[in-house]
Amino acid sequence: MAASGSILGNSVLRREDPDLVRGAGKYFDDLRFDGMLHVHFVRSTVAHGTITSIDTSDAAAMPGVRAVYTHENIDLADFQAFPMMPAVLNRPTLARDRVRFVGDIVAAIVAETKAQAVDAAEAVVVDYDILPAVTNPVDALAPGAPLLFPEHGSNVCFATELAPDSDPFVGADAVAKVHMVSQRLAGVPMENNGIVCVPGEPAAGGLTAWVSHQTPHGLHGAMAPFLGLDPEGLRVVCPWVGGGFGPKAANYVEYMVAGKAALDLGVPVKWTETRSEDMVSLVHGRDFVVDAELGIRKDGTFTGLKTRVTAAAGAYPAIGAILPMLTQLLSQAVYDIPVINYQATTALTNNTTIGAYRGAGRPEATQIIERLIDIAAHEVGLDPVDVRMTNFIKPFSEPMTTLTGANYDSGNYALPMVEVRKLAGYDALRAEQARRRAAGDTKLLGIGSSAYVEVTAPVGLHSEYGKVEIHDDGSATMYVGTSVHGQGHATAFSMIASEILGIPMDKIHFVNSDTSTVPQGAGTLGSRSLQTAGSAIHVASTEVLAKARQLAAHLLEADVDDVVRTDDGAGLQVAGVPARMLSWGELATAANDTGKLPEGMEAGLAHELVFNGGDSTYPFGAHIAVVEVDRETGKVTLLRHVAVDDCGRILNPMLVNGQQHGGIAQGAAQALYEWVQYDDDGNPVTANLMDYAIPSAAELPSFEIANTETPSPRNPLGAKGIGESGTIGSTPAIHNAVCDALVHLGVHHVDMPCTAQRVWEALQSA
Amino acid sequence: MKVTVEVNGTSQSHDVEPRTLLVHFLREHCGLTGTNIGCDTSSCGACTIHVNGESVKSCTMLAVQADGQQVTTIEGLAKGDELHPMQQAFHENHALQCGYCTPGMIMAACSLLDEIPNPTEQDVRLGLEGNLCRCTGYHNIVKAVLAAAEGAGK
Repeated sequence: MAASGSILGNSVLRREDPDLVRGAGKYFDDLRFDGMLHVHFVRSTVAHGTITSIDTSDAAAMPGVRAVYTHENIDLADFQAFPMMPAVLNRPTLARDRVRFVGDIVAAIVAETKAQAVDAAEAVVVDYDILPAVTNPVDALAPGAPLLFPEHGSNVCFATELAPDSDPFVGADAVAKVHMVSQRLAGVPMENNGIVCVPGEPAAGGLTAWVSHQTPHGLHGAMAPFLGLDPEGLRVVCPWVGGGFGPKAANYVEYMVAGKAALDLGVPVKWTETRSEDMVSLVHGRDFVVDAELGIRKDGTFTGLKTRVTAAAGAYPAIGAILPMLTQLLSQAVYDIPVINYQATTALTNNTTIGAYRGAGRPEATQIIERLIDIAAHEVGLDPVDVRMTNFIKPFSEPMTTLTGANYDSGNYALPMVEVRKLAGYDALRAEQARRRAAGDTKLLGIGSSAYVEVTAPVGLHSEYGKVEIHDDGSATMYVGTSVHGQGHATAFSMIASEILGIPMDKIHFVNSDTSTVPQGAGTLGSRSLQTAGSAIHVASTEVLAKARQLAAHLLEADVDDVVRTDDGAGLQVAGVPARMLSWGELATAANDTGKLPEGMEAGLAHELVFNGGDSTYPFGAHIAVVEVDRETGKVTLLRHVAVDDCGRILNPMLVNGQQHGGIAQGAAQALYEWVQYDDDGNPVTANLMDYAIPSAAELPSFEIANTETPSPRNPLGAKGIGESGTIGSTPAIHNAVCDALVHLGVHHVDMPCTAQRVWEALQSA
Repeated sequence: MKVTVEVNGTSQSHDVEPRTLLVHFLREHCGLTGTNIGCDTSSCGACTIHVNGESVKSCTMLAVQADGQQVTTIEGLAKGDELHPMQQAFHENHALQCGYCTPGMIMAACSLLDEIPNPTEQDVRLGLEGNLCRCTGYHNIVKAVLAAAEGAGK
């Protein structure tokens, strides 16, 4: 898009940074209100049990305590985390007679200081009769497994299938098989979850919630009726938000309790989560157990794919329960696969609820097919990159529908693979691997590749609100229904408006994340923001310019076709006659003066719309990872990661590359480090940042990244999402690299995370 | 009990509970909310500040231990409108996204360059091991610190 003189396609530095590098950005926990109280939760210490008694009497008498809530006095309905789930699985806001995971909330203490609330919470005595717990979805579906909701009759909360009786292996010369786990992960945004609820605003009896969230309008829609407020009685605002990655798109019962306490007590109430709470309260991701098979012919072509998924929902099913649907949707991947046979079941489990975490259902699809391809290639003696090249769907620029019903917008899947193969120096890597193997080197070299397509603005999230308005002082304001939390929207979107209107970026204000100033919005999730809200700003800016030109033509007594932007972006002029110009401020003022408007023109220099892309977009790419495995210790070192991601036309390469970097790191973390674990009783054993291994700078290399640009036909920017691509592409490439390092020694597969212990054990048993 | 700390060149005296952590003293008593809290195990480094010129995770110190000491927080780094070279390097290299780890990361990076003025990439990666970032994959943070080192060497 980088036309000569255009700002689009340039690495414009972020407008957001000056505040953030000074520590001047206010996150919710930085907000102070007069008389503000603090709520802290008494959480279940057992994974599954019936509550026999709750004694809060000591706690209620402790210093500073202003309220104590249990199920008996909270007076809130049971909480439904996702509308597709049956009501019988709703979560009591505070546990009533049963707890279902370590972290379930039994009581809430409101006190004058956080420390007082924590102290008093320690004094609450809860007695349980402990029940057997299941934390693994396969165990949860076994005959005789303990039921989380006996009244539901089973632990199954969702199931989906596609052609389960079809035969995917007709004509196959080999069938590659794998039993694999896409392990449970924690999102770990660096800012923990939390909220400040301020009563009496925006109106008497109402509530304003300052919250660390990704979808303020979605939360508003859930919270207002839950607290018995009229829609206009609740304002939800996200101040600076310290990362989301999906889990902060969910609504939390803690928010509801804080809101209820603020309404009851008539003073602001804050909930600031600790990291140890966050690790059990914030929804987790993945947790799939998979059996999959891929039929392959000797020439490398595929006959079909069979996949069986057992997924965990956690204790109270939310959107995570249905993510196997997205895995199904993406099962065709980037390949010609003639038959796809898919079945998935989601099970209730005695642990933290599964939600959407960076990728959310799509990484699992890619992990399955990409791992199978490497195994299949090995079985027929072909190079795995060659097998991928053989099976790619041919390039297409008009939408096409897959066997699984995905409506891909545009794709050229060989393009990034050819590029990444070249950038990685693939042939030289294979030669070095052969050399080390021949020499019996104890430092094993592993080379892994992956190709992916994913869906952005998924599950109906392809529409978004946007508005552009010009003010009397010549500045402009953009309003969007997305909700930024690190992506750089103020920069990206003002590039678009400035490009079209000519108004300098620093005179374009940015408004989002506030239900009182933005009438609607779906928030920022599913890598949707640029393609939806960015497109809305594109259309709104274009419409404002068209209106301004008509108005200028009327006021300057010129033909509208002769009205152009001034070179300096100050306003509009008659072409070739710089003296006949009107500034943006003059135009905005005139637009509100009925005496100056042409007949039939509405007052105001603004345009708003809901942009509708018609469907999702489907970014794609190819990654190659190089790892070194110490044969004696099993330790894996990621030496290189090369990624070529295609997110359509690129608006700001710096922002795109930043998303790639962060995504790759999180994908590498799943392949090598992170794993939420429980002991046999359902106690979390990774519930803080000492025990949960999110990688530091010392574990990762610098990444080698590039892009190809295959425009999407679904929006005027030609853009597709980039937020999750790095994660989706990198995990299977790194996972394949580890397995590739071991394959000549007879190791078939190592599950993720490929820790030193697991690799060492695999080597010992090979 | 009364604790007096020189914070960013200003003397701050406040009555605190003996168990008050330095990070809470800074955030709650001094109103300096630029220093963030990201964990409860001294793992993430979001609360990194300088005590007497050396980087410290301010959740690992009690406020009373800082009595009479000199503390610098992220708010004390820039000179008026002029960003500190490390802050400028973070901006120019897109070394931050959500910005939450950034204050601690910048403070740790400044301290790193004090100890190793001309670091290699590996020096930077090892030196920042105690500071976690979830957005950037560290790629641009490492780049920014190396750029700041190069800028300082000129």
